[in-house]
Amino acid sequence: MKDKLLNFFFRYGTILVIVAVVAFFSFRLEYFFTYGNLADILRSISIVMFVAIGVTFSLIVDGFDLSVGSTVSLSTVISASLMVWYQQPLYIVILVPLLTGAVVGLINAFLIVRIRIPDLFATLAMMYIIDGVHRTYTKGYSVYDNMQMSDGSKAPGHFTEAFKWIGQGEWLGIPVPVVLMLVAVIAVHIFLTYTRWGRQMYITGGNREAARLSGLRVNRVRMLAYVLSGLFAAFAGILFASFVGSGQVDAGSPLLMESVAAVFVGFSVFGAGKPNVAGTFLGAVLIGVLLNGLTMMNLEYYAQPIVKGVVLVLALAVTFVQLNRRRA
Amino acid sequence: MLQGKHGNLLEMRKISKSFAGIPALREADFSVRGGEIHALLGANGAGKSTLMKILSGAYTPDGGSILLDGKPLAIRTPADAKARGIQCVYQEVDTALVPELSVAENIWLDRMASGAGRRWLRWSKICAEAEAVLRQLDARIPVRRKISELTLSEKQLVLIARCLAEQAKFIIFDEPTAPLSLEEAEHLFKVMERLKRSGVGCIFISHRLPEIFRMCDRITVMRDGRRVLSAGREETSERDVVFHMLGKTFEQEFPKLEADRGELLLEVNGLGDGGKVRDATFRLHRGEIVGIVGVVGAGKTELSRLLFGADPAARGTVRLRGQGVKFREPADAVKAGIVLVPEERRKQGILVAEPVRVNLGLAILGKLSRFGFLRRGAEAVNAREAVERLGIKTASIQQPAGLLSGGNQQKVAIGKWLSTDADIFLFDEPTKGVDIGAKSDIFRIIGQLARQGKGIVYLSCEFSEIMGIADRIYVMCDGRLIREFRRPEATEEQLLYYASAGQEALA
Repeated sequence: MKDKLLNFFFRYGTILVIVAVVAFFSFRLEYFFTYGNLADILRSISIVMFVAIGVTFSLIVDGFDLSVGSTVSLSTVISASLMVWYQQPLYIVILVPLLTGAVVGLINAFLIVRIRIPDLFATLAMMYIIDGVHRTYTKGYSVYDNMQMSDGSKAPGHFTEAFKWIGQGEWLGIPVPVVLMLVAVIAVHIFLTYTRWGRQMYITGGNREAARLSGLRVNRVRMLAYVLSGLFAAFAGILFASFVGSGQVDAGSPLLMESVAAVFVGFSVFGAGKPNVAGTFLGAVLIGVLLNGLTMMNLEYYAQPIVKGVVLVLALAVTFVQLNRRRA
Repeated sequence: MLQGKHGNLLEMRKISKSFAGIPALREADFSVRGGEIHALLGANGAGKSTLMKILSGAYTPDGGSILLDGKPLAIRTPADAKARGIQCVYQEVDTALVPELSVAENIWLDRMASGAGRRWLRWSKICAEAEAVLRQLDARIPVRRKISELTLSEKQLVLIARCLAEQAKFIIFDEPTAPLSLEEAEHLFKVMERLKRSGVGCIFISHRLPEIFRMCDRITVMRDGRRVLSAGREETSERDVVFHMLGKTFEQEFPKLEADRGELLLEVNGLGDGGKVRDATFRLHRGEIVGIVGVVGAGKTELSRLLFGADPAARGTVRLRGQGVKFREPADAVKAGIVLVPEERRKQGILVAEPVRVNLGLAILGKLSRFGFLRRGAEAVNAREAVERLGIKTASIQQPAGLLSGGNQQKVAIGKWLSTDADIFLFDEPTKGVDIGAKSDIFRIIGQLARQGKGIVYLSCEFSEIMGIADRIYVMCDGRLIREFRRPEATEEQLLYYASAGQEALA
């Protein structure tokens, strides 16, 4: 009986907590449970969610990608500069940052898989390099409509309406980034659960040597994971630029740890004990709901990391207590 | 410590123990006297190691009693067993020793750890006492030397010395000779003789019948968790013991399926990895089972990994169906039709956390999917077929593979390759840790594969198994295949001789 109760708690604990938190705020705060506020919460987590999907991929293959934050920054300023400096059409503004993200992923994969630098060190180095590249590219300035260039002239272009629609628009009354996020979560969930590539990723992460000796091309699988990680981070950067309407320098650096937190909270959802995209989504939702509600209850912004950290610790405790119990 | 020839009597009565509802011991009896060397035999899974773990306190029995000189003993923890004078020399000596401490410190380790004795250590006294104990064993090991600088057999002696220092009345030797050279084994036998004369009861677990019949006073055979034979050495014979271990004779238990030898499949020439494999040259035909036999550490596992592309070869050539091949990773080997069932089953052969269904579909994910989407139905059908064909005992195909017994895990590791169109199967110690029933199944599966015209390379250190299953046998020693035998020509003694003496034997 006690065991059953515990198992139930481990499986559905995180979801119960989300429901409880939503219920609590709904009773305490008049405006919390309104369509507008809930849409706001989802929009606020949409950017970090794309980064978190990338982190989910690298964690699934038992790797780690610290460079996603810098990749977001780089992609933000690239897409902004393509419009503001070079007046490029929309598809270029989207494709070039995505390609950049893929290239970053390829370099990470090369360092980790071929040169065999441990993932944390390789992506730490890449984090610095990309961070430096994006600052050098913009000479340290943020990129905004008709900005002052260093030679005294004015930049010719501005953010197009079509581009801003990605981050600010609505579709059937739902914010576009929320639609994009839900589509991405569902697509990635299907990819990970129902395709053989998803299966290969989990198996590679679970036991690389056994996977290799079963004829899986584990290096290719790991490369794919890092490329996907770079791609999703790059898309998060595009979303960021579109949402803010300018290319902020250093936009991505806080996103790394927030996305990692969401993924780890996701470990505990449904008692998965491993990275999974549905869990990552719910993890991001939990953090988003808490921050939204507590802000409305006048929690100061500088206290926010405490909330994030406590949520993370609790979720990790649930996950690891359960994993160790299973092992025993 | 000196006692009469008939010293203490240690009895285990009607010991029962189950794991997850599966009985490992069914009212097993066992008794040993001080001053005798008592062999404990049984096939893998017969229950001998469970019985000894109960005696040494590692497991608690579900039922039954342990008596010393007729008085019941309560043994619940390893510390209880040690306090009653029951000690164990494990096969993995390194797990019981601290490598960075000296010989003397290791001999007194238990006592230091338990906090018994005085608070201050007197090094001169500790060393002198350690020397005295080692002298009893006729072992010349400097007591101030670090354990990490000792050979394996010296480490074993240190462990035995520790048992003596702890006033052991009974010592369990768990396959002590398996990793030793012939000469080192001889020394160990002398030590055991000394222990016997000083009244210590030795329980000797080994698979090597000749040494058992040379050394032991009594022999107990276990099968299926019960004692099936307990007799003095003169009252029984090797043949009798094998019969009791198996319940049948070896030929009855593992009848060899005859297969026709076909075309040449694989030619390996001078293959080496610059380390443990120096020169492997052999051929393999369709329908043939080639045995590669050698002691632990001869380089068999490394050779199998070279052939499978898991490690890069430094030199030599491999020709498959007449074509030269080079594999950059195992996936290339699988594509070319060479598959490996590795020795480290739980780490490399199967995914312990994944269900049987996933494990069995692992090598054919491409076949099981359409447009990249896995067809769950096809995967389940594939798994059920393999479970049926190989007789895998599992509650369902959703069961995590790691929960199956060793033999059934091995069948899963084999089963994942059956649906590929592989021509060559490499088996590295496939019967290690496998119970006797599953072993017989595995031999049958291998025989059937040969009949289908597959080529089999069977690498093992179990000489009798190789003799039973292989058509041709290569003896491997120090990374070289030094001698080839046809099946009828080989005797176990010859194989053992070449495997341990190596190059000198040829000179």
